[in-house]
This record gives sequence, C-alpha cells and structure tokens, in this order.
Amino acid sequence: MSTASSEFALEMRGCAVERGGRLLLRDFNLTLSCGEAALLTGANGVGKSSLLRMIAGLLPITAGTMDRPERVALCDDRLALDPARTVRQALQFWADIDGQSENRLDSAMTAMALDGLADVPVRLLSTGQRQRARLARTIAQGARLWLLDEPANGLDGASVDLLGRAMAEFLRSGGAILCASHITVPVTFSQVRDMGPQTADSVS
Amino acid sequence: MIRTIIAVIARDLRISLSQGGFWLPLIFYISAATLFPFAVGPDKSLLLQTGGGVLWITALFATLLPLDRLIQPDIDDGIVDQWVTRGISDEVIALCKLISHWLSFGPPLLVAALLASLMMGLEGPPLSRLLLSLGLASPGLAGLAIMIASLTAGLRGASAVGGLLLLPLAIPMLIFGAGSMSGTGNQALLFLSAVSLLLTAITPLVGGAALRAGRE
Repeated sequence: MSTASSEFALEMRGCAVERGGRLLLRDFNLTLSCGEAALLTGANGVGKSSLLRMIAGLLPITAGTMDRPERVALCDDRLALDPARTVRQALQFWADIDGQSENRLDSAMTAMALDGLADVPVRLLSTGQRQRARLARTIAQGARLWLLDEPANGLDGASVDLLGRAMAEFLRSGGAILCASHITVPVTFSQVRDMGPQTADSVS
Repeated sequence: MIRTIIAVIARDLRISLSQGGFWLPLIFYISAATLFPFAVGPDKSLLLQTGGGVLWITALFATLLPLDRLIQPDIDDGIVDQWVTRGISDEVIALCKLISHWLSFGPPLLVAALLASLMMGLEGPPLSRLLLSLGLASPGLAGLAIMIASLTAGLRGASAVGGLLLLPLAIPMLIFGAGSMSGTGNQALLFLSAVSLLLTAITPLVGGAALRAGRE
C-alpha cells in the first residue's frame, strides 16, 4: 500500500478479499480516477462490505496490489460517535483527530442538515439522523477517497438529496468515491461494478 | 500523532469519570475492608497480620471489575475501526488504552487502599509498604486488564474468561506484592517492579496483536 499518484485515486490489481477464512473475491481489478465515483452492486454477502473494509485497511490484502490515498474515509453501519455526548461534541472528537477546523465541521454539519441537532445527545437520534451524523463525520474528515457502505440506508427523500449533493460536491473538489448501495443515490457513477450473485468458495 | 494520543486518552478519561469507572475500585475496596473484620473477627493482631494480603487480593479483583468496559464498547461502536482507518496502529491504540486505564485505575486504587488500611488499623511501615507495592504493581495490573480485554473482546461471557486468564498471570505479582509486606521485603519489591515493568512493556504489543487478530 502506497500513496497513489495524482492521476488515480485508487488502483487495485488482482486483489483477493478474504474474511474469516472464506475467499469472497478473487482477481479483483478496479481503477478509480480523481473526481470519479464507482458503484458496487451485487447480492448480499458477495463481499462488498469486506472489499470496502479491505481498502480502508481493516482487512489484510492477501493477494494482489493496491494503491490508495493516505487519507481514506469509511462510512459503514457503525456510528463511531459517543452516545452520551452531543452530536457536535462527538463529531468534534473526530475533527480534532483529523486536524480539521471548526469551519469544516460546521459546513459538514450544515451539508447534512444537522445544525438543529448539534446539542442533542447522540443516543437520542433516530435512524435517519444517525445516518446523517455518520455522513457528516465522513464529510468532515478531509479524506481523498470515500468508502460508503449503504450510505442512503434509513434516509428520507430530502436527506438522500442532501447526500447526492454532498457527494457531487466532493467529486467536484477532486475526491473519489466507492459506494455500495441498494438504494439509488442521485449522483453520476462513471463505473458500475456488479459483483454478481454469491459464489464464495471456502479456503481450505 | 501526539495530538491523536492525547485526544484518545482524554476521551477515555472523560468516559470513565462520567460512567463511574473511577469510583468502582474505591467502593469495591472499601466494601471488602468493611466486610473482612466481620468474617474473621475484630482481633487486631490477626487483622494486622492478614490485612496486607487481603488488600492485595482485593486489588487483583478490582482489576477484573472494568474488563468488559475497556475495549469491547469501542469495537462495537466502530470507534476502533475508525482509528485504524485513520492509520493509527493497533499497538498505539493499546498504548493509549493502557495509559488512560492506568490513570483512571492506579490513583483511585491507592486512595482506596489507604482508606481501607486505616479502617483495618494498618499503619506505619506496613502501610507504606502496601502503598508502595500497589503503586509499583498498578501499571502491570492495568496492562494485564488491557491485554485480557483485547484478547477476550467479542467473546460471549468475556468477563468469566477474563477472570480465568487474569488469575494465573497475576500470581507472580501477588506473590512478590504480598511478599513485600513481610520482613525481607526489598527483594520482593524489586521482583514486583520487574514483573510489573514487563507486563506494562508487552501490553501495547499483545493488545495490538489481539485487536488486529479479532477484526473481521
């Protein structure tokens, strides 16, 4: 794993994804340029989430090579915000670690319409509000590559539009997105990768 | 990196203050010291003779109290995943956890031991020896707690397994720690320091490896 050249945001060659001793994907190739978004589709359990976790550095690369930016943001089904703190404080914790300014956090919260919820404890948020908080954390991170796992889950129509706008804005600024979603996200994907039905072989 | 470590430690300390983790060893210790004389009788010489050892055993059990709150919630919430995604290694995470746990466990343990000793009538040189030995052992005990919490994270009945893991690993510290209470205490204190230092030093490595191995 090394820092990608400016041309490609993500380049994977011959990668295999393995999870818990099961080979989910083999010989996977993907090239994603800056400003480009790709959509991963396929049946449940085909390895979309595992692929995103592998790119995020959470699963080891057992075969193949990968070039990715140093700063990658992962938005999956886990909230990673302290339930007892307010939305603002919980997001501030990550902004401090990421070295991001207050302004950047403010604009991420505005992009996800969280301004009115800033002082509400995270544990009181509804499903859709949690999802927006998760997306605000991702937006504020300042990464060059977003890995979105079902980003539209639990969102109402207006929030899905907000998500589409935030993604388009990020692409315009030269970011790249790899997204796995069963819900239509209003953004132009330059690549759609169908990972097919489940064909997992077990590794002996 | 330093900024990250400080942010992570400050968050852990805030959580243990607000969720009562700070007070748990204190209350536990004082309960044990209150109950002990009821069980063995109020004979002062007997209490003085056995008090140090009992307080040492209580310290071991106090180590077990927070095991399921140290690592597991952060894994469940995806906070560990987010740290790793940001390039923070598992070893650094375990090191942060060690420092924050020691800060919220060591000082209250010493305060609790002081209060409990006074309740049992332990004073003078035995008291200072007890406090010195517990102080020297506290980083090692905190390290054991972090290692066991990392190893058992994700297991069903993790605290029961944690107890089984802790007791054999803590026996060297118990022998040298309680041994330092007797007349020939200085060598025991040196051995206690060595064991505690070793456990502290391997905690980031063992805890980090356990976190990585447990991730799917």
